[in-house]
Amino acid sequence: MELSLTSRTVGEHTVLDVGGEVDVYTAPRLRERLVELVDGGSRHVVVDLGRVDFLDSTGLGVLVGALKRLRAASGTFGLVCSKEPLLKIFRITALDQVFPIYPSIEAATSTASGERDDTPPTA
Amino acid sequence: MATVRLSFSPAPVHVRTARLVGVAVARRAGVAEDLLDEVRLAIGEACTRAVALHNQYNLPDLVMVEMSDADSYTVRVIDRAPIEASIGLTKLPPDELADESLTDEALTTGVGFALLAGFVDDLQVRPVEEGAGTEVRMVWPVHRR
Repeated sequence: MELSLTSRTVGEHTVLDVGGEVDVYTAPRLRERLVELVDGGSRHVVVDLGRVDFLDSTGLGVLVGALKRLRAASGTFGLVCSKEPLLKIFRITALDQVFPIYPSIEAATSTASGERDDTPPTA
Repeated sequence: MATVRLSFSPAPVHVRTARLVGVAVARRAGVAEDLLDEVRLAIGEACTRAVALHNQYNLPDLVMVEMSDADSYTVRVIDRAPIEASIGLTKLPPDELADESLTDEALTTGVGFALLAGFVDDLQVRPVEEGAGTEVRMVWPVHRR
C-alpha cells in the first residue's frame, strides 16, 4: 500500500498520521514531511503509526532523525502505536527505550508540551 | 522441492517486489501464517542492505534473491559489494541509538541488523563462494499440509 501522510493540529501538538508502507523507497517522503513540519515551526510533533502496515529500518532511522531534530530545537517528539507487530520491532531494536510511545493520540497530546518527556510510557 | 529466483537492479523501489514475492513463496512453501510478517520484514531488510551496499560502492550489478523450500524455507540474498562492507555489523546499544554523533547510515545499518538477528532464528551472513559479495541466508521452518 502506498505511503499516506496527513498532518493536523491538536492543541500545541502537530499530529502526523502515517499510513501504508514505510520502507527504503517511501521513507524519504516521510523524512521530507517531518523536516517541513519542524522547519515550519512545529515543536511538539506526534507521529501516529496506527495505519502503518509495514515499517523497516529506514523508516525507523527517519523517526530517530526527527527525534534528534526536535531535541535540538527544544521540542518534543512522540509516537502513537498500539499494534503488537510494530511494538515488537521497537522492542527488538531497543528503540522503545528511545521514543516515548503512546497508545492513543489523546495520551500523546496530553503530555505537557513544555517539558521533555524522556520516559516512554508503554512497551 | 521448488526454487524461485529473483534478480533486480539495486534500486529501493524494487525491494517491495522482493518482499511480496518472498512472502508469496513462503506461504506456498508452508511457512506458518504467524511468521509471514517476520519473513516479509527480514527479506526486506536483507534486500535494503544489499541495495544500500551496491549504491555505496556504485555497483550496477543485480541483487539476487533465491527462495527454496527443500526441508525448510530458505532465502538467500546476495550482494556483490566488497566483503569488508559486512565487517562490523552489530546491534547498537540503546544509549547510542539517538546519539547525535551517529550517522543516519550507521543507525539504519545497526537497526536493520538488529531486526534481522531478532526475527530470524537461523541467520548466516557469509562471503559468496566466488568473487566479491556477501550472502545473507535465512531459514524458516515449514509445515507440510
